[in-house]
Amino acid sequence: MTGYFSKRIAESLLSIWGVVTIVFFVTRVLGDPAALLLPIGASPEEIDTLRRSLGLDDPLLTQYLHFLGQVLTGDFGYSYQHGRPAMDVVLERMPATTLLASTSIVLGLIIGAVAGTIAALKRGTLAELVVMGIALLGQATPVFWLGIMLILFFSVNLGWLPTGGTGSLLHLVLPAFTLAVFVSASIARLLRSSILDILKEDYVRTARAKGLMPTTIFCWHIARNALIPVTTMTAILAGELLGGSVVTETVFSWPGVGRLIIQAIETKDFPVIQAGIAVIATIFVLINFAVDLLYGVLDPRIRLAR
Amino acid sequence: MRQFCTDLMRSKAGLVGFILLVLFITVAICAPLSGLPDPTRGSLRARLEAPTWTSLFSPGAHPLGADELGRDILARLVYGSRTTLMVATSAVFLGGIVGTLLGIMAGYLGGITDRVLMRLVDIQLAIPLMLLALLVVAALGPSLQNVILVLALTSWIRYARIIRGQVLAVREREFIQSARAIGASAWRIMIVHILPNVLTPALVVATLELARVIIMDAALSFLGLGVQPPSPSWGRMLADGRVYISSAWWTVTFPGLAIMLTVLGVNLFGDWLRDYFDPKSRNAK
Repeated sequence: MTGYFSKRIAESLLSIWGVVTIVFFVTRVLGDPAALLLPIGASPEEIDTLRRSLGLDDPLLTQYLHFLGQVLTGDFGYSYQHGRPAMDVVLERMPATTLLASTSIVLGLIIGAVAGTIAALKRGTLAELVVMGIALLGQATPVFWLGIMLILFFSVNLGWLPTGGTGSLLHLVLPAFTLAVFVSASIARLLRSSILDILKEDYVRTARAKGLMPTTIFCWHIARNALIPVTTMTAILAGELLGGSVVTETVFSWPGVGRLIIQAIETKDFPVIQAGIAVIATIFVLINFAVDLLYGVLDPRIRLAR
Repeated sequence: MRQFCTDLMRSKAGLVGFILLVLFITVAICAPLSGLPDPTRGSLRARLEAPTWTSLFSPGAHPLGADELGRDILARLVYGSRTTLMVATSAVFLGGIVGTLLGIMAGYLGGITDRVLMRLVDIQLAIPLMLLALLVVAALGPSLQNVILVLALTSWIRYARIIRGQVLAVREREFIQSARAIGASAWRIMIVHILPNVLTPALVVATLELARVIIMDAALSFLGLGVQPPSPSWGRMLADGRVYISSAWWTVTFPGLAIMLTVLGVNLFGDWLRDYFDPKSRNAK
């Protein structure tokens, strides 16, 4: 068990190092920020001085090692645009992204779980057809378009909800619901098929033969087993949500990390790009790590196999 | 093949998906024959003109309305499907070749090759694909080739993982052992004996990836990092139309519908294809 843990921790750290390295080298191809930072018409000497003060004229390997050393202490350097530590700029935006992502995951899980269960238990009825039809459409709809359509309907036509920005709980409704649709569609489809598989298992038949109450069978025999693929899927969706937030945050002018990274890419603000992606990747790696631990809780067989 | 067709006809969802997919490909290929106006030329008189359902066939009408530059939306949708088809299929094909070959190598050669490749997959999976795509397009500059390259880059890992698993199952079979016994080289075994055995799962992954790539391409275009104007692209149309959302709903509604229907078709067909080739779920029916 301890061996497994240390191996997983080492793997996670390796992944984060890989991400940081990739991001470092890719951002170097983005172009010269010195030329962008100075006003148009700055002399080549001025650009050179700035490049030197930013450390951009060192050999790439030196820059990389210097960068790695800083990253170890959580220091990504100063943002070119904001003039403050890049990590601070990113962390400031973090609560908005976390709020949006977690609300939509929870909302999506609830909707998806209910829908998937109904579809599986009411197999062959109109209810299943309707639920699965909506789920299929939900999976095929690009989040940004759904967001625009919801704005068109609820904000422009009905005037009930704000079109974007933050400030109140009302601002959260549309973006969270948009992302929740995407989450719940995937969860509902997955849960339906895994419940249908479990219903065929011998232990469910045995439980029925023993005369257990249907609710007991559902809670203890079906739901617990169906949770394992759902847990995996939730981790995958959380990653997609963090990445996809780039688009949703743009649609709803939500001041999160995703939008920050887009703006940083446009202005070639290397430190912010690096810090932003490193933070998101770290969260993603942590989520996957947590999911691995959860498997052991959900399925004793996995715990023993380690 | 006949079995394939009868099975497809029997599955309602699979058939609907297949029809949508064929429709999309036909529209994309036949766009120049459609007689629609030039998608890149607008007239200011038609600026943000509303859809006119009644005058569908009269010349100069805009059945789905016109955009902010007076360009015909139907024509832009039809020509936009060409961009989508080309970008998505090229990316899926490119990612498929690379991913399948690397998956075979990881699975068959094992050892250090396997460990390095799978670690690479894990690292890449730690970056949300959308962010990776954005970053790379921003670095290389948005152009048709770069978008294809980036989408292929986000795609190869899915093939590599699944194909590797398949290869692990195939590599111990007798025909591989006998090939090894008569002295076939590792490359020969991988290409001649293993590749044909993993083409089916690769095809299933390709179909499901197509849907993901279409949405991602649209998202990149939406953020202004896709294929550059004046080439019509569905994501770009959405981004441009968003500004006029309160006065011209048609500019944002139709491109999104086009994306949705295409992805829906690909998904339905892909799901059916996966079930068709999976003997376990096939017998269950």
